[in-house]
Amino acid sequence: MSARPKLHAGNVVVRLGGALIVDGAALDLRAGELTVLIGPNGAGKTTLMRALAGLVPAEGRIEIEGKPLSSLTVRDRARCIAYLPQGHVFHWPMPVAAVVALGRYAYGDAFSTVTDADRRAVAKALAATDTEGFANRAVTTLSGGERARVALARALACEAPILLADEPTVSLDPRHQLVVMGLLANAAHGGSAVLAIGHDLALAARFADRIVIMDRGRLVADGAPREVLTAERIAAVFGVEAFIADDASGPHPVLLRPI
Amino acid sequence: MTRAEPNDLRLNLTLAVLIVVLAVVSLMVGPAALSPREALAGLFGGDGAAAIVVRDIRLPRTLLAILIGGTFGFAGAALQGLLRNPLAEPALFGAPQAASVGASFVIAYGLAGATSFAVPIAGILGALVSIGGLVAIAGRRASLSVTLLAGLALASLAGAATALILNLAPTPYAALEIAFWLLGSLEDRSMDHLWIAAPFFVASWVLLALNVRAFRALTLGEDAAASLGVDVGRTRLMVVIGVALGVGAAVAVAGSIGFIGLVAPHLVRRSVGSDPARVCLPAALMGAVLLTAADIAVRLVPANPNATAIEIKLGVVTAIIGVPFFLAMIFRERRLLDGASS
Repeated sequence: MSARPKLHAGNVVVRLGGALIVDGAALDLRAGELTVLIGPNGAGKTTLMRALAGLVPAEGRIEIEGKPLSSLTVRDRARCIAYLPQGHVFHWPMPVAAVVALGRYAYGDAFSTVTDADRRAVAKALAATDTEGFANRAVTTLSGGERARVALARALACEAPILLADEPTVSLDPRHQLVVMGLLANAAHGGSAVLAIGHDLALAARFADRIVIMDRGRLVADGAPREVLTAERIAAVFGVEAFIADDASGPHPVLLRPI
Repeated sequence: MTRAEPNDLRLNLTLAVLIVVLAVVSLMVGPAALSPREALAGLFGGDGAAAIVVRDIRLPRTLLAILIGGTFGFAGAALQGLLRNPLAEPALFGAPQAASVGASFVIAYGLAGATSFAVPIAGILGALVSIGGLVAIAGRRASLSVTLLAGLALASLAGAATALILNLAPTPYAALEIAFWLLGSLEDRSMDHLWIAAPFFVASWVLLALNVRAFRALTLGEDAAASLGVDVGRTRLMVVIGVALGVGAAVAVAGSIGFIGLVAPHLVRRSVGSDPARVCLPAALMGAVLLTAADIAVRLVPANPNATAIEIKLGVVTAIIGVPFFLAMIFRERRLLDGASS
């Protein structure tokens, strides 16, 4: 915890169309840590993440490895932050390998050719996500779980020190939820600072090194899963009565009924 | 990085050879038919009748057909890449129609003959205004349907404006000149037309080519593309201006010629796949092939010699071939959509 955070955010405020969406968020993302951001719908999680990724104008302080985010060029920012948006959108039926290679966009320009480093990064990302088997298939022909892995492979191929993933497990079957969260944890334990948005509290508790809870634009809790995921807080933030089972592996929240 | 580059190269070379062959045919075809040997001899030397016909009459229209067809093909592929939709083409968003308004206005009020520098300038201004308006109305994060609706409205407005200019034309002669100009033709164009339009074509190609890579990143959506290092706003602006410059100059020199920009990318997508960056070059070459072939066709189809127009107009031919293709594509998309929802 002593090293300088990869990403430091202080008093971040975002207004969209006059509405206050993010209200003074402060957050540090450190290398080696998987942080999961949870909160009810409309809490401002996606907007906060987009602000951290430099995709929406924000007031306050956002620093990448000590440098203000706004001082980075678009290309430098892209090399520092890999961002995986919600929904795993692919507009053209491009081959999987070509989609994953887009992760290397910030390393080339209109006149450059593919380098060995690019090839290595793409091969590594395909292998890590177990998507090599359909590298030549059109991405639009894949199942939801396969598409989620390809989208993650694209983000991993950036080889950025910071990875931001917006609901990477949404609409996936239980096995793929575990696979994708495992991949994010691997990326974090491999040295990246990873922030993922999620809705499944049990999944967050199972994989996160740290959980941050957002409610109505404010970050209301930030800490280890066991400290943060209490029945009282789940009731206050989510309006849900919960039973927290706890064993050596950590807390296991079981959601019972809406309050 | 499994990219079928050899496939691309083969297609591009094939199309390039086809352009050369069609160019030679284009130099041969006309009221005075020439053999390939006569056409090439006339092109490269001599001052006989054949040389004059080839160099002064057929060479300009051949080069214009290649450049304009290429520009439409490239512009279509670029807009499809930018908007991430295979149905996008310059005419859907009103640029050629707006170019027609500018050019018609200049011709109608006798500010210039149909051959003057003022016509392409007015055409380009019209196209710029329309595409600028489209971006302003639809905004940075507009959905496709909003963009299409705004483009449809602008195209209709431009069509109405052209009709108004025809309606209020000071003389019947001016109205007739506009009407025929609108049908699209490369007849009687000179090298001067080529020199007027060429800088705009080149500027258009450069602006579009600088953004070809970004089209590939945009396949992930605008947010992801921005996170990858694409300046989405700048890309959109450059492509919009590039399309307006190229299409505006093309329409200004040749009148309205439709559907090349829509059809050409689709014809090559079967060979190079859907990668929006790899589609651009072969789409441009395919556009040149299509328009050169169409311009040969208008000279081969016999028209009524007593009519005002000696040839079938080029825009008529491209639309008559293009519209059925467009309908077939909508039909196929519809079946795909039906299949997805069932």
